[in-house]
Parts: sequence; structure tokens; C-alpha cells
Amino acid sequence: MPAAQPAPLTLVPPAADAAPRTIVDVRNLTLTYQTTDQPVYALSDVSLSISKGDFISLIGPSGCGKTTLMRVVADLEQPTSGEVTVNGMTPEQARLKRAYGYVFQAPALYPWRTVERNVMLPLEIMGLPRAERQQRAREQLDLVGLSGFERKFPWQLSGGMQQRVSIARALAFNPDLLLMDEPFGALDEITRDHLNLQLTRLWLGTRKTCIFVTHSIAEAVFLSTRIVVMSPRPGRILDVIDCDRDLPRERTLDIRESPEFQRIAHRVREGLMEGHSYDD
Amino acid sequence: MSRSTMARPTMARPIMAPWPLVMLAAPLLPFATSGGTDLYLPQIPAALALFALTVVTILSRRLPGSALGEALLLLAGVAAAYAAPLVLLRQGHALAQAGGLWLYLAGATLLLWRVLALLAGVSGPVRLAGPALFGLALVMLWEILTRGFQVPTILLPPPSLVLTAFAANAADLWDDFRQTVLISVLRGYLIGCGAGFLVAILADRVPFLARGLLPLGNLASAVPVVGIAPIMVMWFGFDWQSKAAVIVVMTVFPMLINTLAGLQSAERIQLDLMRSYGAGYWRTLAMLRLPCALPFLFNGLKINSTLALIGAIVAEFFGTPVVGMGFRISTQVARMNLDVVWATIAVAALTGSLLYGALALAERHVTAWHPSFRKR
Ligand SMILES: Nc1ncnc2c1ncn2[C@@H]1O[C@H](COP(=O)(O)OP(=O)(O)O)[C@@H](O)[C@H]1O
Ligand SMILES: [Mg+2]
Repeated sequence: MPAAQPAPLTLVPPAADAAPRTIVDVRNLTLTYQTTDQPVYALSDVSLSISKGDFISLIGPSGCGKTTLMRVVADLEQPTSGEVTVNGMTPEQARLKRAYGYVFQAPALYPWRTVERNVMLPLEIMGLPRAERQQRAREQLDLVGLSGFERKFPWQLSGGMQQRVSIARALAFNPDLLLMDEPFGALDEITRDHLNLQLTRLWLGTRKTCIFVTHSIAEAVFLSTRIVVMSPRPGRILDVIDCDRDLPRERTLDIRESPEFQRIAHRVREGLMEGHSYDD
Repeated sequence: MSRSTMARPTMARPIMAPWPLVMLAAPLLPFATSGGTDLYLPQIPAALALFALTVVTILSRRLPGSALGEALLLLAGVAAAYAAPLVLLRQGHALAQAGGLWLYLAGATLLLWRVLALLAGVSGPVRLAGPALFGLALVMLWEILTRGFQVPTILLPPPSLVLTAFAANAADLWDDFRQTVLISVLRGYLIGCGAGFLVAILADRVPFLARGLLPLGNLASAVPVVGIAPIMVMWFGFDWQSKAAVIVVMTVFPMLINTLAGLQSAERIQLDLMRSYGAGYWRTLAMLRLPCALPFLFNGLKINSTLALIGAIVAEFFGTPVVGMGFRISTQVARMNLDVVWATIAVAALTGSLLYGALALAERHVTAWHPSFRKR
């Protein structure tokens, strides 16, 4: 069942301007893909409300509609029915205002551009002056640990490095909303831990709103304020788990050993198993 | 891995295959005929000297310290063998029955094989000498065989005769080149490729246009040049306009089809990225779809460079002002001046290769990122 609206986060002081507290609001969203043989019910009656500064993880087996949900928010897919608002606007208006940065499941780098020019791509489209583009690209590449690779071409980098470039590219234009579709799926454990830590620092420091797709329970619990557990056929929300009550906002890697962490992880696992038993 | 190739020059060179040694049987057979009598190697001092030189280079091939050194030494031996028939012809000998000489040449050609193999293993710009030597050897063999077996020049003139004709008709050939290539081909090619490109951009935006045009493209490419050329001459007159029209008909659709395929080659995720930045149609075209299409565009441009040259030359058979490569070929064939025809063919072949080569070079430069050109 759709989760009840959580208590607004207190860490962010109420802004003086009338900025909407709810950044992403999804109501009764249904999306059916019409394929040649039979319709695919990718999302069925999904409701979710995401407040400013939230870090939401979507977790669930493949095909449960995580990517589809993000794509609807990003106006890359049109819902069959239901309401979606982003920053109080339609997804299309939000997209045209460049409200979000999207990290795709694959790096989606342009092979004719160097690493640096790939990161500069959104800045170029926004018409930033050259010097600033370059400076920002360097900063972001530094943040993901890729200083010194500016002049390389994407195919000269490993898959994990390419994905880090794509994260740098999404961060480069400093969007308030970050949509990340399994960004660390292809990375090794160590790099993943490192980037998880950096991501939570970045999120704490900038108060960006994040929607994050992952297959890793530990990653979801470590990063999130709330975890949305989903289930396939039809894609729907099974459970929304609040992590913020029991875990501190500022997190270090050893928090993963704490009983609170384990308890939340357990609940996520239960939810995922429940979703599976539905199928059989 | 790639570093270890630096050690290669000091490595042992592969041993030579025994085939070039067939030439050792050459002294047993006649080397030339003179006035009906067979002459053997010891009777012709010049041939003997050249033959000895080749054998010595083979025997001493291990003396140079590097592969390049051995290649140069053996090349001298090959050159001596190729010089032998020319020297004998100059001395007035007949060569058609000279089994020993032909055996010598066969052995030398097999020796050239080893020279080319050695050069291919050498690093640096010397590598480029390989293909050049190969081409030169072909021309030499053409010269030797046509003259040695006295092939009628109507059938196939030796290259020396073609070169003489080239020099004697240089002014005409230049005028032909200017008329056919610099005027007709260049204009027709630019119009045809440009139109194909622009129509493709339009057809990409208007899907029903693409669906209507593509079958028409298949139809147009099935129409033979000899069919449309006389019609174009009737429509547009004798001068370059009719040639350009033929070229346009031939090149528009290859360019259209390639550009369309290229524009469609951007991946969905790459397009989604552009969309997520709120980039519009034109920006997406310029920053994503056209770069993606570049390999396809070059493919079209390369195909069309050959088509355009063929189109212009064939179209000139159906009427030109009294100049042009096609005009030259058709009139000189009628007068049995085959050497001039061959000289014109040489100009056409050279032009086509240079055009294609320049495009391939530009492609390499512009699409160095493409998987087919990536280094490492
Ligand atoms: N463009 C599409 N056309 C048809 N079916 C699709 C399309 N995209 C996704 N689907 C289907 O929708 C379901 C949800 O897909 P997706 O959102 O990618 O799941 P997830 O990201 O959770 O693995 C899957 O069954 C998938 O096969
Ligand atoms: Mg997915």
C-alpha cells in the first residue's frame, strides 16, 4: 500500500521563499507498456511523496518498475494515468527548467568527446562561459577521483570509471534533484564504499534531493532517509521504510555493524521476500 | 605488451622460404633467342652479371644486422632480375622462348615476396615503402611481359608507351581532367551529396517522406547510367550541366540512405540524456545525432566519389564539348590510339584513388573515436 506522508524533515530550516516542501509528488501512477504480444504493467497505482532533502532508495527485483518510475519523474516516459509533479510543475516543465540530473544505468558517454568535454556537455547546453565550464568539470572529476583523466576518451577508461564520469556530469550543473539509476551497480566493493561515503557527504553538504535505485540492501540502508521496496508484475510499492528515525543523518561506514542498521536491513529483506512469494 | 615490440629488431629473423631458389635452374634453359638460335647464360655477359648479382645477394642475406638491411640487399637482387629482360630486349634479343630468363624472373618475384614481408615487420615510415614497391613491381612485370611476349599494343600497350603518350598529350589530358573532374565531377558530387544530406535531414523529421523516398532510391540505383546519360544530355545540353545531373542522380540516394541510417544510429540512452537537459531538436542534431552519423556520412561520401567519376566519364560518351576524359576515350578508341586511352584511364584511376584516399584520411582524422579506428 502507498506509504503515508512522512513527517517533514526538520534539518532543513523552512525557507523564507515559498519553495514547495514536496519536491516530487506521485499520485496513483499507472504505466502500461503496449507491446506487440501483451501489455506490460510496469507500474500500478504507485503513490509516493518526496520532500526536499530526502534520500529515497528504490529497491526491488528486476522488472519491478524502478527505472520506469524514475523515467516518469524525468519526463522520459508518459504515464498511462495518475498525477506527477516535480517542484510543483509538470515533469515536462521541470525537465525544461533542468530541475534534475539523471545518472543512467549505463554511462551514456559520447565517445567523440573527451572525459572532460563529456562532463562539460550540460554546461555547454546551458551556455556557461568556457572558463567556468572547464573549472566546474575539473572540480566534479576531482570529486569522483578522476583527476588526470580529463583528456582521455571514454573507451580508454574502465566501466566503473566511465560511470563515475557520468556521475560527475550529472553533478556538474548542480541540480537540486538527483535521479540515479543503479549508478554503482558495475563497481567493485571498495570503490562502491568510497563513492557511497562521498555521496552521503555530498548529500549532507548540499541538501540535494536524491532518488536512488539499487539492488544492494546495505547500500540502500546506508544512504537513505527512506527505502521504497517494490515488487514486479504489476510494478507496485510494497513497503516504505523510514531510516531517519533510527539512524543518524551523518553516517560512517561502521554504522553498518549497528543493531539499528541490521534491523532495517532485515525489514527490507522481508519486504523483498514477500514480493517474491507473490509471484509463485 | 606493445612495449615488447621494441625488442623485435634484435630478434632472429624468420628463415627464407626455399622458393626463390628455383632460379638456380635458370642456367640450364635458354636465356634468350637471337636469329632463331638459343643463347644460354654464359653466352650473354650482361645477363650473367645480373644473375650473379641476384644469387650473391641471396647468399649474403644474413650479413646485414637488421631486417631493413636484408630487405634492401635482396631488393637490389630483385632489381637486377627485373632489369635483365629490359637489357636483353635492348640488345635485340627475343624472349618469348627464353625459359631460363622467365624462371629467373619468377624466382626474383618470389624473392620480392620476402622483401615485402621483411618491410611489413619494420616499424616507422619505411613500412609505407612496401605497398609502393608492390605497385612498382606490378608495373614492371606488365612492361616486361607485354614486351617480352610482344603483346600487340592494341590489346595492351606496355606502361612505357602509356607514359610516352601521357607526356605527348599532357596538355590535352590536363584539359580533360579540368573539364571532367574539376568542373563536372566536383559540381555534381557536391550538389548530389549536399542534396542527399539535406533531404535526409528533412526525411528524418517527416517520416512519411522517408517511407516514400526509400523505395524510389532503390529504383534510382537500379537505373543504368547509360540509360539516364543520353536523357540528361537532351535535357541539360552538352556541357557540364548534363554530367553533373547524371552524377546527382547517381549520388543523391546513396548519400540519403547513409545519412538516414546515420541519424538513426544514436542510442536511446544518449538521446534521453539530451532530452534530460531540455535540449531541443536542432541542438540534439548538432551535438549528438550528426556526430553519431559521421561514420555513415563518410561511407556515403566515399561510395559517391567513385560513382561520380564513373558517371561523368560515361555521360561524356553521349555528347560533350570536344574535351573531357570520356570524350577522349571514345574518340581515341575509334582511332585505335590505345596508348592515349590507357593514359586517360591512368589519370582516371589515379584521380579516383586520390579522392577516395583523401576522404578515408579525413574520416580517420574526424572519427578517430569510432571503434573501427580506436587505438588500444
Ligand atoms: N520501453 C519498454 N517497452 C516495453 N516494456 C518495457 C519498456 N521498458 C520497460 N519495460 C518493462 O517494464 C517492466 C519494468 O521495467 P523497468 O522499469 O526497467 O524495471 P527495473 O528498472 O525495476 O528493472 C519490465 O517488465 C520491463 O520489461
Ligand atoms: Mg532498471
